[in-house]
Amino acid sequence: MAFINLKRKEVQVKIVYYGPGRGGKTTNLEYIFSKFRERIKSDMVSIKTHGDRTLYFDFFPFDIGQIKGYDIKVNLYTVPGQVKYNATRRLVLQGVDGCVFVADSMALRRESNFLSLKNLQENLATYNKNIFKIPLVLQYNKRDLAKQGVALLSMERMEKDLNSRLMVPSFGASAVSGDNVVATLKKIISLSVASLHNELK
Amino acid sequence: MEYGFGQKELDRVERILQEEMIDIGVHVCLLIDMAGNVIARCDNGECSHDVYSLAALAAGNFGAVNAMAQIVGEDNFTLLFHKGEKESIHFSKVEDDFLLITIFGNEVSLGFLRLRVEEVAKKIKESLLYKTMMLANLLESDSDK
Repeated sequence: MAFINLKRKEVQVKIVYYGPGRGGKTTNLEYIFSKFRERIKSDMVSIKTHGDRTLYFDFFPFDIGQIKGYDIKVNLYTVPGQVKYNATRRLVLQGVDGCVFVADSMALRRESNFLSLKNLQENLATYNKNIFKIPLVLQYNKRDLAKQGVALLSMERMEKDLNSRLMVPSFGASAVSGDNVVATLKKIISLSVASLHNELK
Repeated sequence: MEYGFGQKELDRVERILQEEMIDIGVHVCLLIDMAGNVIARCDNGECSHDVYSLAALAAGNFGAVNAMAQIVGEDNFTLLFHKGEKESIHFSKVEDDFLLITIFGNEVSLGFLRLRVEEVAKKIKESLLYKTMMLANLLESDSDK
């Protein structure tokens, strides 16, 4: 659960971008970071391998202003998507308040989307969190590739594949061009803050 | 894990950090949880380190260290130290869920700092215990009604 500091009147909300490897989680964060650069006080932390793949996580804190006199600080994280880094993924999920699942729209990656979503469910369960209850937004990334003739899964197909049971908000997006990246972020922040508000009632 | 600190407990923890750590020359002292949240922080007023990124990395780092401990057959490693040219960082576990991070310069000796960290950890544990007792009493008095 989010950390609320009554003394400093500050709420720290942890949002994690999850999804299969090479799906665009880091690109999402990079876009947000460049778009809101003047409002973010610190640098983006990025721990990568030599091949530029996320090894540990990417991170930056983002102040979104005040709600009822409390400063809301959103801490954005990504996880490494590669299957072999599951221990790290589980570690980053500790204390998560909201999740964005970045799915890869390429037809070739259909199976890895399934596996990664299943993996998210399992890893959340280790912290007694339920994927059906946690604030979650799905993002179908790489929609821009259609213009280059790459075979993509249709939005309907992806909804049916990934969201038929979850029934959470979803966005078709392009992290590279920034389409719907901010919309995804706004949605997960509002869901997470609303969920926190309900928990505290 | 869910936990709560009221204003009184936070004041108490920050007072401990100020008196026991900052006053002996430590530059920055943080109490964080394993999710990377900053619970309490004190500094000497001259440091501008990005404590939120530091906390996120420290929590992740400690998770990795715990995984290493298990590989070599230890339950966990409770402390960690990184030596720098001008500033060094010391990490120490407080209970299972918290981490005390101190950043200090060459004017503070590591041995002395370790002794102090141990004392501070003990005092913070007492504060946590006090908080748990308060909560237990509160719940008890609630159930009496």
